[in-house]
Amino acid sequence: MQILYAVAALGGVALVFGALLGVVARFFTVESDSRVEAVREALPGANCGACGYAGCNNFAEAVVEGKAPTNGCIPGGSGAAAAIAAALGQEAAATVPMVATVFCLGDKNKARDLFVYDGIKDCAVAEKYGGGFKACADGCLGLGSCVRACPFDAIAMGRNGLPVVDEKQCTGCGLCARACPRGIIKMLPQGDQGHLVLCNSHARGKAVTQACEVGCMACRACVKACPREAIAMENNLAVIDLAKCDDCGKCVLKCRPGTIHPRREKGAAKNAPTAKAAASASA
Amino acid sequence: MEKLLSIIFIYILVDNFVLQRFFGICPFVGVSRKMETAVGMSMAVVFVMTLATLATWLVYTYVLTPLELQYLQIVAFILIIASLVQLVETVLRKISPTLYQGLGIFLPLITTNCAVLAVALLAVQEEFTLVEAVVFGIAAAIGFSLALLIMAGIRERLEFAKIPRPLQGTAITLITAGILSLAFMGFKGMLSL
Repeated sequence: MQILYAVAALGGVALVFGALLGVVARFFTVESDSRVEAVREALPGANCGACGYAGCNNFAEAVVEGKAPTNGCIPGGSGAAAAIAAALGQEAAATVPMVATVFCLGDKNKARDLFVYDGIKDCAVAEKYGGGFKACADGCLGLGSCVRACPFDAIAMGRNGLPVVDEKQCTGCGLCARACPRGIIKMLPQGDQGHLVLCNSHARGKAVTQACEVGCMACRACVKACPREAIAMENNLAVIDLAKCDDCGKCVLKCRPGTIHPRREKGAAKNAPTAKAAASASA
Repeated sequence: MEKLLSIIFIYILVDNFVLQRFFGICPFVGVSRKMETAVGMSMAVVFVMTLATLATWLVYTYVLTPLELQYLQIVAFILIIASLVQLVETVLRKISPTLYQGLGIFLPLITTNCAVLAVALLAVQEEFTLVEAVVFGIAAAIGFSLALLIMAGIRERLEFAKIPRPLQGTAITLITAGILSLAFMGFKGMLSL
């Protein structure tokens, strides 16, 4: 008899709550647009904020309301854009996949420090402290703010104190570029084609040579060497126009500090992270 | 009145749910990384604990006790808390989307929080009256929130501290929690029911 009471009592409580839930669900239904859910499904779900919205949910709502473009999700790339467009029954807009590129070669051994910095391990803080501890005012401080900003584990600190981008993992969201207080990381269209001047220094030639072995000293040798006029000097820094560069490599031969590198020579080859460095960066 | 005040004081400071009774360590470690999420979680816990104590007390007193089914309390309470959270979520979503957004994922997460179940069980075990039980629920939730917010404040500062590598992450969090708990031991014996 006792067991019947138990079953009846618990069953009764469950029934009451179940009925209550059913009634409440009926009276308090919120009309939700099923397309939001469909768009949400198509997104990577990293909530990185590269689209300009707080998270994937907000972006999905904005897309359905027509406030955001279907190709607004940068990490999702063309795959997500196509899926979103399909969910909304629209044509997919084209996307250009981007990749983060570190424009500095001045690692611990090649770039001189002004003083020993022993403060908070954060680039933005170090930058505020006496203008940074490096002799070069535009070079990588190597404290890994970009590594911590990356939601996709695509950047690791290299053995020499420079960040290395894993281009397979990089979704092009650009959070690292925003995290860098010196603007050393730039977003480029994905690809192997073209050469790059891997330096961010706008200082004059002599100052650059004193601060760093591999900085662009604005000697213009590469500008003269380029047969296609793809290289221009911008504020004491050589900049290669990727649209014009045809990978002839003549500038590389003329560059005395060795700042110019072809893009197909990936960061991993120049500055491979050790397993230990990668582990500590992720910890 | 005096008893109500002492319940409030005891369960916020003396018998703090997290730091003295060690309930709800999971959210305590899990969501104390940022102040913002800690505040969201605290609000959700206050909300659910109060309602849960009320509902479980009523069911225990008017359903389980007359039928002499007190041994079913854990099963019954889990059932009640889970449905209650679901109910609150549905209603909130309609009535106050802002609050719903603010509580976010934490509301459904609390369904399986041991601190909430503990409040329900203790309220019955201590033989509180209905008013006392509800006040107890609120006080326990505030105590939980207090511990969570203190922890979040400390951890936000720890982010920039130089912590020896073997102690980084969860290790330093647990050490901090231990020291915090020691500090709260100072209240021990100040007051009891």
